[in-house]
Amino acid sequence: MATQPAATVQDEQPPVLIENVSKSYGAAVVLNDVNLTVAAGESLVLVGHNGAGKTTLMKLLLGLVPPTAGQVRVFGNDPTAASAVAQRRALGYLPESIVFDEAMTGRELLKFYAGLKGVDGASCDVLLERVGIADAAHRRLSTWSKGMRQRLGLAQAMLGRPRLMLLDEPTSGLDPSLRSTFYEIIETLRADGVTVVISSHALGEVEDHADRIAIMRQGNVLACGTLAELTAQAALPVRLRLSCAAGAAGVIVSKLQAAGTNAQAESAAGRNINVSQVDTQHVEVICPHTEKMAVLRQIAGLGAAIADVDIRPPRLDEIYAHVMAEDAHS
Amino acid sequence: MKALWILAQKEVRDGLRNRWVAVSILLLTALSLAMYFLGSAATGSTKVDSLAITLVNLVSLSVYLLPLIALMLSFDALVGEFERGTMLLLAAYPIARWQIVAGKFLGHMLILLLAILISYGGTVLIITLTSDDVTQNWIAYGLMMASSWLLGGVFVGLGYFISAIVRERATAVGAAVGLWLVLVVLYDLALLGALLADAEQAISEQVLTTLLMLNPTDAYRVFNLTSTEGISQAVGLADIAANSGIASGVPLLVLGAWVLAAMLATTWMFYRREL
Repeated sequence: MATQPAATVQDEQPPVLIENVSKSYGAAVVLNDVNLTVAAGESLVLVGHNGAGKTTLMKLLLGLVPPTAGQVRVFGNDPTAASAVAQRRALGYLPESIVFDEAMTGRELLKFYAGLKGVDGASCDVLLERVGIADAAHRRLSTWSKGMRQRLGLAQAMLGRPRLMLLDEPTSGLDPSLRSTFYEIIETLRADGVTVVISSHALGEVEDHADRIAIMRQGNVLACGTLAELTAQAALPVRLRLSCAAGAAGVIVSKLQAAGTNAQAESAAGRNINVSQVDTQHVEVICPHTEKMAVLRQIAGLGAAIADVDIRPPRLDEIYAHVMAEDAHS
Repeated sequence: MKALWILAQKEVRDGLRNRWVAVSILLLTALSLAMYFLGSAATGSTKVDSLAITLVNLVSLSVYLLPLIALMLSFDALVGEFERGTMLLLAAYPIARWQIVAGKFLGHMLILLLAILISYGGTVLIITLTSDDVTQNWIAYGLMMASSWLLGGVFVGLGYFISAIVRERATAVGAAVGLWLVLVVLYDLALLGALLADAEQAISEQVLTTLLMLNPTDAYRVFNLTSTEGISQAVGLADIAANSGIASGVPLLVLGAWVLAAMLATTWMFYRREL
């Protein structure tokens, strides 16, 4: 694979720096005072509904649109400046619902883009192989499926070993097996130290691929941090599911509800612990993150009556729903 | 500069694939051969140089056809990519926007060059092979081919300008046809009307010449119909040519200025556009 060092890139600068950036089209405010930084080698996932401003954020980073206010810096340079054109060699972009020239074959198209990026054509075959479309590369794109086109889109974004990848909804409309292939490739890029910005509304699948997550709504970044930070911020309860012998569930519920009394004088209800019976052999305990260990100790104290414990920390989609609901209230 | 060549190549390949190149060549070849055969039929006994006659006939029809072909090649160049969504990715590549415009222009000019060389060039080949009175007018014919290319360039540039300012392809088609109608047909009609109505001769020869020079199609016509004495006489334009005070290079400069202005305006509009 050809390695073309992008000479203009300043190494000490963060790949992405967005300060107080607003963008509006006429009266419509698409981004409102956004602040985001992405460090080298980090991966940031932007989550939010359609119209949250994720695509506009990427266009700002590519210099396709100028901000209305604030400043955007990519590797320390203004992406809309004429001098930033050469720097785009170090960027890879996969647009949302990518469109290609239907009359071209896959290989022709990739070679065209490789030429524009100053990448030698031989690396195209390697890339086609890597994303798994080498067999179809001689066929016209009009005969290609959505999944194959999306792979070609990823291949063109990977041309010239970019140091910053912007992937806009990379897996929307793909089947599950293709999604995991996609994330495998993205993981190898992350392992190579590539900075990755992914936008997505497939919350369940992105949380494992993000160093940090930014939750966006109507042009605002509502929350930004690691999954653990967001979890702590949202203070969402942990769910524990206990399995026991058939018919024992009722006894366990009452034991756990009473457990608080002999401990620190406070009842389970007073500590925000909710114990309920699911069926005759399952009990669900919902407790704040801070009470998790205390509850587990109580459960351990019940001895052999408990056959199994399943702990479910809050998932990204729950955090997302929580942040959204909180924003709607304020 | 390599990027320009890559973009140009893509336009040529697209042109070959969607048959625009073939259609242009066919149209222009049919036109020039028809002009040659018609010309030789009408002048069989008068001993006027058949190349000169072909040239004159060809010029008067090229004025209509070349702008149309050039506009059809170019109106889609930018707006088509905006509409399909391919411009988003192209503009995200390490190429400046002026390079996108210039690269496409290079490609479309190559297509026009190919079409003109094959059709008009093929005709001159047939003429030299079939007629005995081999002519001294072939420099004029060569200049006609060059200025035809330049005229095509003007309308490619104007097509781009339309392409850069409209929101939809359909609007671009309409605007291109409208532009063609105005510059190729209505402008001359209006001039003619003004001259007919002008009983007191308020429109001086100077004004008329300037007005003719402002329109690229008229500049092209004037350039070719006065290019050599033999041809001027054949068209009966010798008087005008002698009195117009237009140096023979001026029409070419006018055409060049139109190309430059159209390309600059297109690039300016494209830079202002948010993708």
